[in-house]
Amino acid sequence: MQSHEIKELERAIEEITEIAQGFGLDYYEMRYEICPSDIIYTFGAYGMPTRFSHWSFGKTFHKMKTQYDFGLSKIYELVINSNPCYAFLLDGNSLIQNKLIVAHVLAHCDFFKNNMRFSNTNRNMVESMSATAERIRQYEIEHGTEKVEQFLDAVLAIQEHVDPGLIRPYRRGERTTPDRIKSREAAAESGSEPQTGYEDLWSLERDTHSKPEPITVRKFPSQPEKDLLWFLEMHSPELEDWQRDILTMMRDEMLYFWPQMETKIMNEGWASYWHIRIMRELDLTPEETVEFSKLNSSVVQPSKSSLNPYYLGLKIFEDIEKRWDKPTQEEQERFGRRPGQGREKMFEVREFDSDTSFIRSYLTKELVEDLDLYIFEKKGTDWKITDKTWMNIRDQLVYSRVNGGFPYLVVDNGDYKRLGELYLKHSFEGMELDLKYLERTLPSVQKLWGKPVHLETIVEDKKVVFTYDGKKHHRQFI
Amino acid sequence: MTKPVFIVSREDWSLHRKGYQDQTRHQEKVREAIKQNLPDLVTDESIILSNGRQIIKIPIRSLDEYRFRYNYSKSKHVGQGDGDSQVGDVLGSEPAKGPGKGEGAGSQPGEDYLDTEVSVEELQAMLFDELELPNLQEKDKKQLHTSEVVFTDIRKKGIMSNIDKKRTILENLKRNANAGQPGIHGISPDDLRFKTWEEIHKPHSNAVIIAMMDTSGSMGSFEKYIARSFFFWMTRFLRTKYENVEIVFIAHHTEAKEVTEEEFFNKGESGGTICSSAYQKAIDIIDSRYSPAMYNIYPFHFSDGDNLTSDNERCVKLIGQLMERTNMFGYGEVNQYNRSSTLMSAFKHIKNPKFQYCIIREKGEVYDALKAFFYKPEAG
Repeated sequence: MQSHEIKELERAIEEITEIAQGFGLDYYEMRYEICPSDIIYTFGAYGMPTRFSHWSFGKTFHKMKTQYDFGLSKIYELVINSNPCYAFLLDGNSLIQNKLIVAHVLAHCDFFKNNMRFSNTNRNMVESMSATAERIRQYEIEHGTEKVEQFLDAVLAIQEHVDPGLIRPYRRGERTTPDRIKSREAAAESGSEPQTGYEDLWSLERDTHSKPEPITVRKFPSQPEKDLLWFLEMHSPELEDWQRDILTMMRDEMLYFWPQMETKIMNEGWASYWHIRIMRELDLTPEETVEFSKLNSSVVQPSKSSLNPYYLGLKIFEDIEKRWDKPTQEEQERFGRRPGQGREKMFEVREFDSDTSFIRSYLTKELVEDLDLYIFEKKGTDWKITDKTWMNIRDQLVYSRVNGGFPYLVVDNGDYKRLGELYLKHSFEGMELDLKYLERTLPSVQKLWGKPVHLETIVEDKKVVFTYDGKKHHRQFI
Repeated sequence: MTKPVFIVSREDWSLHRKGYQDQTRHQEKVREAIKQNLPDLVTDESIILSNGRQIIKIPIRSLDEYRFRYNYSKSKHVGQGDGDSQVGDVLGSEPAKGPGKGEGAGSQPGEDYLDTEVSVEELQAMLFDELELPNLQEKDKKQLHTSEVVFTDIRKKGIMSNIDKKRTILENLKRNANAGQPGIHGISPDDLRFKTWEEIHKPHSNAVIIAMMDTSGSMGSFEKYIARSFFFWMTRFLRTKYENVEIVFIAHHTEAKEVTEEEFFNKGESGGTICSSAYQKAIDIIDSRYSPAMYNIYPFHFSDGDNLTSDNERCVKLIGQLMERTNMFGYGEVNQYNRSSTLMSAFKHIKNPKFQYCIIREKGEVYDALKAFFYKPEAG
């Protein structure tokens, strides 16, 4: 990009920034960085410019870059949720492309700053991830690349199983000791239970001498624990310090990414809504208008076999605006909704909702019909439309967004059969797990836990427990 | 409210190579995975049936990243139509899986085929890396010295048939350029350059492989496929790794005959089985053409083990005679259902360490058979 082009871009950004502010968008300071395609795709694959190194990112990078090289897909922009907020523009974008992107990016930044789900986000994640990458690098030097890579493989396999709940911030970063560790430590201090790692043996011996104490069945954990990473970090007897450290860092990174996964449709809808509104305020030449329309329609075009989050989110937001601007007679009487509150309502939604509540509350019958949404599933070898009932469609969409779209697992028992085995439960919500993937993932959990692991789920309406003991898989109907 | 600031910048990213580095690591891991999948790839039909010639590349799936996920084809999904979608509309279909066919392009996510491809040559290199002709002995050193011609030097004098044209022209160019008249012209005797050679004497080990295959009626398509897969890789292996290896092909049912390679791999026969016919044929061939004093001899026999019972004793005797002449004797039995075969029950009593056998129940075991017969001695 020539310097006069950069000047022109700066002028455009200034104008767009002003317009966005006039609309009431509220964002952090912005840093725009123009970079070549392979750099944008690296950031895209890693999710962050400074993230640690792993082959799986290399695989994603290769795939994305290849698609770009063949002209199949293109990322024009990438935005990092941080303060200041970083936006990366693809070198080679036209001025009009960049204008649209800047408008889009400002709305993303407004969303990051104001949506509830992001309220606990670490806004210095760029630096944190860079520190993490450096630390992992050190561990590689200390313990060997191979060993660290294998550990990362195991953690990445279950990285989505964290608990991003907003009301339990104690889990974030700081280490607090849960009951069991506390009681163990207390026992250790009083000398009643030596911490030698041979507790099982000591207790065997004691049993022969004295009467067995009445067994108080204390559940461990006392409540089913959703945060598998946290649980392993706290209780796994297997991990070395450096491994625990990596686990903690990976969990923090996942918690950083999590709100973005939970608000994908909203966030993209919000950004699309605003880039359109902002572009309308600009003085575009006829050529620019045509280029903008082409680009915009390629961003928000619907697709048959999956939903375009940009399009769906945009439509829902526009529908909210319409319904709160011009409420029907009934809505005015029943809900006391006064006309002309569209924007106000939209800003409220962007603050408090996530994809699941967004769809549940605002995807209406009219919108489902208008968008021609349907449910499809596999029948024999065909993918067929099987349902057009609007409520089923809405509910199906909500299900698919629950827990970021990942199966919801909990640690049900960390001392299963009193042998210290790990018992996980899948909270079944009508969708079966991929069994091949399940059996290939269990060994990762086993590796991190060190003892046999079990996972209970439902297959063909029957309860099944999958077990991996470190050598072999077992399946058992219960 | 103060106006939010922004900065536009453009850094030098040329040192940022992380994506490429991790991409390389992924490819390394793909290769490792191929190595681990060698048993399956060795019997891949697309390679064997094409004789390894037409198919140049095999697509290899990139490494899966396993995690707990939903079964995509067993769940419901939401899609969007053009405005007139109806219940019952078909959006697409996946072709039924046929044997040996890859999965069609479905809408299932996560089935990544990366354009990492391995050529048959690469695959073969990985496979052959683990194989070696066992007990290879240097036979009759004096007679079997081979000489090899290696061009080692360039000289100004020599015979015209050994002229090195490229260097001659280069010399001419150099001379003309020095003279201030660049270009190729006026080649003088001074420009001429000749290649000279040296003869290198190497002691050599000659080897002959006698490939025997049962083509009787009881050999079904699976049995033949397995036997041919084995011999396919064996011949490729021997021809790639050893310079002086001859291969004799013998097909037999009740009678044995020497056949061409083409016939061996393609012809089907029928009828009963008398294995001793093949062994006798092998002995005849050895005695008439391959003196054990000069050759390392390796007979291999593949069968389903279904032999005429009265012939078994004779087989054992002939194998004994064969082993006197050869470095080893390899017997491969394709026995899908693991029944006890008449031939194997007779062979069980052979105690000679030269006798090696292998039972193959499924495709993946061809690889094991190759490794068992062509084992590499432990280093050291």
